Amino acid sequence: MNDPNAPSKCCCEQEDRRSFQAKLSIGLSAAIGAMIATPGLGFVLAPLFRRAPHRWRAVGAVDKFQQGGTVLVEFEDPSPRLWAGVTAKTAAWLRREDDQRFTAFAINCRHLGCPVRWVEKASLFMCPCHGGVYYSDGTVAGGPPPEPLYRYRTRVRDGQVEIHTAAVPLTTTITLEDV
Amino acid sequence: MIPLLKKSWDWIDSRLGFTDCILPIIGHTVPRDARWWYVFGSATLTAFIVQVCSGVCLAMAYVPGGDLAYASLRYITEEAPFGSVLRGMHAYGASAMIMLVAIHLAQVYLHAAYKYPRELNWMTGVVLLFAVLGMAFTGQLLRWDANGVWSVFVATEMASRAPIVGPAISHFLLGGETVGGSTLTRFFVYHVFVLPGVVIAGVGLHLFLLFRHGVSEMPDVNQPVDPTTYKPAYEARLRETGVSFWPTAMWRDVVFSAFVGAVIVGCALVFGPPALDAAPSPANVHSNPMPDWYFWWYFAVLSLLPPALEVWFILGVPVLGFLALFCLPLLSNKGHRAPSKRPWAVGIVIAASAGFVVLTAYGYRKPWSPDFDVPELAPSVIGATEGPVFNGAQLVHSKSCLYCHAISGSGGHRGPDLSTIGQQLTRDDLIVRINNGGYNMPAFASSITSAELTQIVDFLMTRTGDQPPVPSPAP
Repeated sequence: MNDPNAPSKCCCEQEDRRSFQAKLSIGLSAAIGAMIATPGLGFVLAPLFRRAPHRWRAVGAVDKFQQGGTVLVEFEDPSPRLWAGVTAKTAAWLRREDDQRFTAFAINCRHLGCPVRWVEKASLFMCPCHGGVYYSDGTVAGGPPPEPLYRYRTRVRDGQVEIHTAAVPLTTTITLEDV
Repeated sequence: MIPLLKKSWDWIDSRLGFTDCILPIIGHTVPRDARWWYVFGSATLTAFIVQVCSGVCLAMAYVPGGDLAYASLRYITEEAPFGSVLRGMHAYGASAMIMLVAIHLAQVYLHAAYKYPRELNWMTGVVLLFAVLGMAFTGQLLRWDANGVWSVFVATEMASRAPIVGPAISHFLLGGETVGGSTLTRFFVYHVFVLPGVVIAGVGLHLFLLFRHGVSEMPDVNQPVDPTTYKPAYEARLRETGVSFWPTAMWRDVVFSAFVGAVIVGCALVFGPPALDAAPSPANVHSNPMPDWYFWWYFAVLSLLPPALEVWFILGVPVLGFLALFCLPLLSNKGHRAPSKRPWAVGIVIAASAGFVVLTAYGYRKPWSPDFDVPELAPSVIGATEGPVFNGAQLVHSKSCLYCHAISGSGGHRGPDLSTIGQQLTRDDLIVRINNGGYNMPAFASSITSAELTQIVDFLMTRTGDQPPVPSPAP
């Protein structure tokens, strides 16, 4: 009969087997985790890898705009979702310089993104959040904004003024050189 | 009937283990001096339960889509039975939770209950604090009115200031390149699934650690914490003088929690939910984005800081604030707990509270920077009803000077008060200042005529603080 005190080959085998089972369980658990997480991560992180779309949007006939006047124009953002509703809209301050030249400023203050208002009589853009003020050409007149108002590209096509719409003009991602 | 009920309960209890496992936890021994100082943690949990219950109900009618969210909120507020009360409970519950978390944190810090062996109790609490602030922030965006939408822009811009990863973080937050349909659905998930999951798991761990290490005693100058002897001494004292948590100590928690619950529901019934702002169009520039009250101090600071310090502050407050709080017990986990022996701790709490109150009050003066709705100056303030002085006063309004400067109590607060400017500056000084601008003031040289400038200066020179009152002209 086997001596119960003698080292058993069977035990060593069991030890190996246990070690293998432990490694198998850990490995398969990791695989299960990866299977579940990969599509989810891809789905959630997708916006980081999408190229920012730019679209030309018509904002009205050329004749609608008075020379020298600055008005608010609304248009659809460059990447609207079906369920965005009214939040698919965005806007720009559009000034007619002469017959064919228009300047379009983003309505986002370059300080923290709040909506700037055009104060006609003072010829200033003013932000209600932290006192950012800009001259009529978009350069900073006072307050904390670190950069001038972002300018969208504009063009005239078939009698329509068009704006090259872009992403939210963040100070850190969009600079005037983009124009 | 009663024997049958008892038999049923015994059947359940033998399988559930309520008497064997749960009762000893509820009835665990706590220090005798665990009195009213200790009620804030349980009250925070009560406020969270209010949030979960009211939030689940609200989610049954809320549509997390950019097109219908606002309409569903209007339905909840104006038509759904009890909808207004539930929205009110959710809003006041959020405020209560923030307040109670802050008080709980301050109390634990003042009493140094984070020291050995409760370091992890504190660290889980800090994670919970930031999760709760995240809940508050994402909840404000779910309101999806004009204020909510514009808050997204502000959050995005702030997040994008982080070095290297900033723009990626903001695109991740937005769910795209701009605020729209994807943004709301993302914030809905953060607010309803992700952060509540973190909070529930965190509360579970926080409570487990509380039971594991026991409730801390009130600080005693004669009992500085020494990790080598603390546990046996604490347990010996508990055996000698401890009382059972249920019901000897717990009744105070229940009384205070009932008070908190009553205040939340009472406010919801009496004041109703916060009013919805205009519809959430990112094209609507006539919005004055303001965060909820607990973030006003931060909003005010962002306006007051020199631009060079701003990025450091935007990133430093959340990140360094979290790290400093989180690591506190790792830096100091022994020694005195009594506030009388920790003057710096007392000073920090007083300074932080005072700073919070002062900056919150400053941020409340809305819209204070600049004030677009400021009325024209009354003739009694101007001191004239016609002529250059009167015209100058009209120009001071139309040229938006009053948006930032106050005159005799009317106007914005951004710039210096001009009520006595006629005594402080000469005519030439005023002309130079208006033409050239100055620190934070635009130069008006290109946007006013010489005649307009003269009239403005004529008016400002009369601002000497002792204008004779002029009766308003008869209608």
